[in-house]
Amino acid sequence: MIDRIQRLGHKTLSKVAAFGRSGLILMHALVARPQPLVMLPLLIKQIYFVGVLSLVIIVVSGLFIGMVLGLQGYTIMVDYGSEQAVGQMVALSLLRELAPVVTALLFAGRAGSALTAEIGLMKATEQLASLEMIGVDPLRRIIAPRFWAGFICLPLLSMIFAVVGIWGSSLVAVDWLGIYSGAYWSNMQQAVDFTDDVLNGVVKAVVFGFIVTWVAVYQGYDCIPTSEGISQATTRTVVYSSLAVLGADFILTALMFGDL
Amino acid sequence: MEAETSQAAAPDMLKDIIIDIRELTFSRGERIIFDGVDIAIPRGKVTAIMGPSGSGKTTLLKLIGGQLAPDRGQVLLEGSNISRMGRNELFKARERMGMLFQSGALFTDMSVFDNVAFPLRVHSDLPDAMIRDIVLMKLQAVGLRGAIHLMPAELSGGMARRVALARAIALDPDIVMYDEPFAGQDPIAMGVLVNLIKRLNQALGHSSIIVSHDIQETLSIADYIYILADGRVAAHGTPAMLRDVDSAQVRQFVQGLPDGPVPFHYPAPDFMQDLLGGEIK
Amino acid sequence: MRMRTMEIGVGLFMLLGFLALIVLALNVSGLNLTSKGQGYKVYAHFENIGGLSTRARVSMSGVHIGEVTSIRLDPDLLMAEVEMEIRPEFNFLSVDSSAQILTSGLLGQQYIGIVPGGDDESLRDGSFIYDTQSALVLEDLIGRFLFNQVSE
Repeated sequence: MIDRIQRLGHKTLSKVAAFGRSGLILMHALVARPQPLVMLPLLIKQIYFVGVLSLVIIVVSGLFIGMVLGLQGYTIMVDYGSEQAVGQMVALSLLRELAPVVTALLFAGRAGSALTAEIGLMKATEQLASLEMIGVDPLRRIIAPRFWAGFICLPLLSMIFAVVGIWGSSLVAVDWLGIYSGAYWSNMQQAVDFTDDVLNGVVKAVVFGFIVTWVAVYQGYDCIPTSEGISQATTRTVVYSSLAVLGADFILTALMFGDL
Repeated sequence: MEAETSQAAAPDMLKDIIIDIRELTFSRGERIIFDGVDIAIPRGKVTAIMGPSGSGKTTLLKLIGGQLAPDRGQVLLEGSNISRMGRNELFKARERMGMLFQSGALFTDMSVFDNVAFPLRVHSDLPDAMIRDIVLMKLQAVGLRGAIHLMPAELSGGMARRVALARAIALDPDIVMYDEPFAGQDPIAMGVLVNLIKRLNQALGHSSIIVSHDIQETLSIADYIYILADGRVAAHGTPAMLRDVDSAQVRQFVQGLPDGPVPFHYPAPDFMQDLLGGEIK
Repeated sequence: MRMRTMEIGVGLFMLLGFLALIVLALNVSGLNLTSKGQGYKVYAHFENIGGLSTRARVSMSGVHIGEVTSIRLDPDLLMAEVEMEIRPEFNFLSVDSSAQILTSGLLGQQYIGIVPGGDDESLRDGSFIYDTQSALVLEDLIGRFLFNQVSE
């Protein structure tokens, strides 16, 4: 029994220590004398890997989710004779929730896991240690550009997701199911507020981008440098960042839209 | 005892010391890796640090490179304590060291050329044409000028290690550290590396530190050898001196005997007792 | 060469992202930068505003001419006071116009409809619309309907 409590205490302490380590890594990577000449090409490369290559999965899933929302919204609302409100429903649910959250989850799976595996492999093949020996700080050289790339890409991807989703739902609702397009768009425009809905959604995406890349980068940097350790770290990245995104989403929603 | 005799026999070599390790103690968790180790690395020579696996040879290189800090004791680079250095000082000191990692540790997202050019680009403001010339020279020295445009994934293990060597000497360091340079190499690649390390050391005049457990290869190029066992220096001296040292531990290691003072069995309770005892705890 | 395609890719990606933001701003949220804060304010008292909320549409003959900017309870009259912002180009609404709270569709949003009057003088910033008609509350309507049935 005492043994068990001891083990629990030990586990808790090591979790707290890990959290502290991740904070230190974050601080160290970000609080640095900016070196735009060195950083910019690295950043562009990372945005390419993290953002541009995620574009396809984001656009395709955005399109389908928008179409499904349009179809479901129509079948539910047609019973109340207010099928014009489909546009409003789709736009609000996409902008406030689905675009940032689903983008973040897809991003965690697509880019986050790749980040962890890449950094973990660099650690396993001693590339990080060799950077250190050459006299270059791996946190600044390897971690910082990846971090900023995630931070920049997720809001952009989330907005693209929302636009594609809204377009997909209009495709279903207006072009196939025959809702009057004027009513569809004007209802939407009336219900959606730029600061309340669009900007809040972007803020959510920024926060999620921060969370996902932080988890991914930390798991990669702190993993046990064996093939088993890297695969565990990759799994942990997807699990932890998804859970953290969903939890943060609740908190942000409560702050933004709830009367707290 | 034999330590003293060997020290006395090679005084001229140990007069000019570039790295001086004194009373080094280091432990990882419960396990004590070094327990009061004294090692002196002579300037301009090839020093080998040998010992069975798990004797902390790679850890020693990390301590010299300042990637780890000792629990007690000092690692002095020309008199200044590496573990006491501030960040900038440490990075300056590292510019004087080149390290060849066991796996080569080439940056997988860069070509051979960019890998070798990397330290030059980071630490100097040389124009591109000059960097190109230096890279070509270094690659020529390791015989891989023809591989300049290949990616690390396209190289064999031995070639990757030679490219990594070219990168390690790109900045003309004063000290080059080799972490298990011969491990996992075929005999030809091994011969090439042995030759290369010897030739580069003579041609460039840097001090080399080789960490290895490949006895024959290491004995053939080292000027001075330290043998580590149980967290201490078991013996040191020139290869000739070590061959006829009268210590069981050293003899076991140098001659590669399977059992001896370094036991074949990991510490365990009595075998019969274990067999009859039932479950494994 | 490889770096160049990457740069172009990233450039297009960033452009696409900002384009998405613009689409969201203009097409989806109907943000109209020119109308913000440039119109004139008109006030009206209502006995009951029903479910009217700020940012609700103000329209005349179905044309969008402004929006509700704030709603508060007038402590003297004990009636709701609605502040509307009318776009500057609609500066010809006569002072005896009337305002009513209407509902778009059966369950749609509530908005304010302005019915023009005949006076030559126009509403200006700070004017009041005196002739108002409150929101239609379903319970009142049913009550009135039942009352009429009984009285017949």
